[in-house]
Amino acid sequence: MTTAAPNYELLQQEGLETSLLEISMGPHHPSTHGVFRMDVKLDGETVVELRPVFGYLHRNHEKLAENMTYLSSMPFTDRLDYFNSMTNNWAYALAAEKLIEVEVPERAEYLRVIMAELTRLVNHVTLVGFFVNDLGALGTPLMYAFREREKILDLFEQASGARMMCNYFRFGGLRNDVPEGWLDRTRELVDRFPAFLDEYEQLLCENEIILSRTQGVGNLSRELAVNAGITGPMLRASGVNYDLRKVDAYGIYDRFKFRVPYTDGDTGDCYDRFMIRMLEMRESVAILKQALADIPEGDIIGKVSKVFKPKPAEAYGRIEGPKGELGFYLIADGTTKPYRYRVRPPSLINLTVLRDMCLGGKIADACIILGSIDIVLGEVDR
Amino acid sequence: MSILGGGIFKGMAVTLRNFVGSYFSKERFITTNEYSWRPESELPQSIGDYPKEEGEQLSDTTTVNHYSRNFPMLLHDTGEPMDTIRCVACQICERECPPQCIYIEKSTEKKENADGKPQFYPAKFDIDVSVCMSCQICVEVCPFDAIVMNSQFELSTPDRFGGLLVRRDDLLKSNDYYHKIHPQEAATRDERMAADKAAKEAKKKAAAEKAKAAAEAKAAAAEAANESKEDTE
Repeated sequence: MTTAAPNYELLQQEGLETSLLEISMGPHHPSTHGVFRMDVKLDGETVVELRPVFGYLHRNHEKLAENMTYLSSMPFTDRLDYFNSMTNNWAYALAAEKLIEVEVPERAEYLRVIMAELTRLVNHVTLVGFFVNDLGALGTPLMYAFREREKILDLFEQASGARMMCNYFRFGGLRNDVPEGWLDRTRELVDRFPAFLDEYEQLLCENEIILSRTQGVGNLSRELAVNAGITGPMLRASGVNYDLRKVDAYGIYDRFKFRVPYTDGDTGDCYDRFMIRMLEMRESVAILKQALADIPEGDIIGKVSKVFKPKPAEAYGRIEGPKGELGFYLIADGTTKPYRYRVRPPSLINLTVLRDMCLGGKIADACIILGSIDIVLGEVDR
Repeated sequence: MSILGGGIFKGMAVTLRNFVGSYFSKERFITTNEYSWRPESELPQSIGDYPKEEGEQLSDTTTVNHYSRNFPMLLHDTGEPMDTIRCVACQICERECPPQCIYIEKSTEKKENADGKPQFYPAKFDIDVSVCMSCQICVEVCPFDAIVMNSQFELSTPDRFGGLLVRRDDLLKSNDYYHKIHPQEAATRDERMAADKAAKEAKKKAAAEKAKAAAEAKAAAAEAANESKEDTE
């Protein structure tokens, strides 16, 4: 018995109804970077409706932190965006330092900048790797990225004792000084990094497949980006020159000379977001070189007791994380625990425009648009 | 862009260079070295070499780097572990531990510690391996330098219920062992402890001298008062 394939053209001519196809992508889809689900409605291959569903990784981070002392929730901030534990620590430390008003020693400030910029390299290099992984370039570019990432993670391990869950920043400074020879090893890595970036750019930036898959896909207009509160590389890819390192100049960022790459804002597509990250890595290397040249000797932590009772006040500490503005909002009520502890996660807020970018595109493009947003589910769900 | 597909060929050249390089570039063989206590010639070359000697990771030479941390241990000074234990069961670490994995029971009676001072000691001190997240907060809040991080990383056990709860006697390690695994950190800690002790003693001495002087002055005043009393009589 044979089954003849239905003749769709004929069916449409006869006025037969075709229906939308509803697909649940995830929560374990390989392109969703964790446990994240997209409810997609498709007309053929075109996305006509998209609803992100998240919360699978909810760990009650904020309420946990409200029930323990200020210091005790520091290791939990590592686990928000688990690629960038150093910058998470910094944002939280900044918020708490505003409450207790403590002076951070010079050397600690320099080391903080070094750690944050190394983290930015780790984040961007893996993001680009995962992004082309979503495009279908399985393995090779991602493994090259991981090779470089591992070298930086070795440095983190030598300084803080752990590769990813560093827990290295403390209120008023850092937990311990870096071991002997660490700065030299970092200098060596930073000197070598541009060679890797050249190689990586040669591998990816002119590849016709990447160009045709990413250019004009997932456009995000400047107006929408600003209205939706998008921050970080994604905002700059849409043509807004906004970088907290320049605008807020927290820590000692006003001492370094670096440029903020941003586009003219005509398209704001996936390719722009990909290239902005490639360019930002160069600037991070420039900051690292300056910081490593100027770093002074001295104390590593100011005078802070382990358990403290700040006066009733509010504080908001924010930094330019690799993914965008990462903020911690604290309300102190005079006890050893915060009354309110709130995280402003860049991943979650950047994710809000996913629907607008995907509508009208193909289902295959939804994967790369999600990849170009750069989300980590640990931070989205908290 | 000159010809279509030129970018792809450029990328291919990179992968070819990397492929050839992987046969000649020495540093590409092992990227992460978890065996830094071994000389380079004895590094494992294949999976079959691991572990080289049975129980090597649990031996006293396991150290990954200066600040590596995996699981807490209780310190004692030279001598019998329970006679020289530093922990006084103040339970600060139990309270501060973020994932709440420490369980302490305070002793009912006091016992002499290494300094010959009667102190409480932990009758029970259990840490749950499966809950601990190696964050080192217990080390930082301890006012007695009694708990520090160990770098043993082979903690898996076939005993799911009893084996994952590490008891006090298994947690106890000597200060010498600590010096062996984290030389830099241990040296600074000892230095600070000695300085604290000296400062405390100096303060005590000053306080004692002050009290003595005050007592003398009081005695002199009393004497003078007595004398004047006698005079009036």
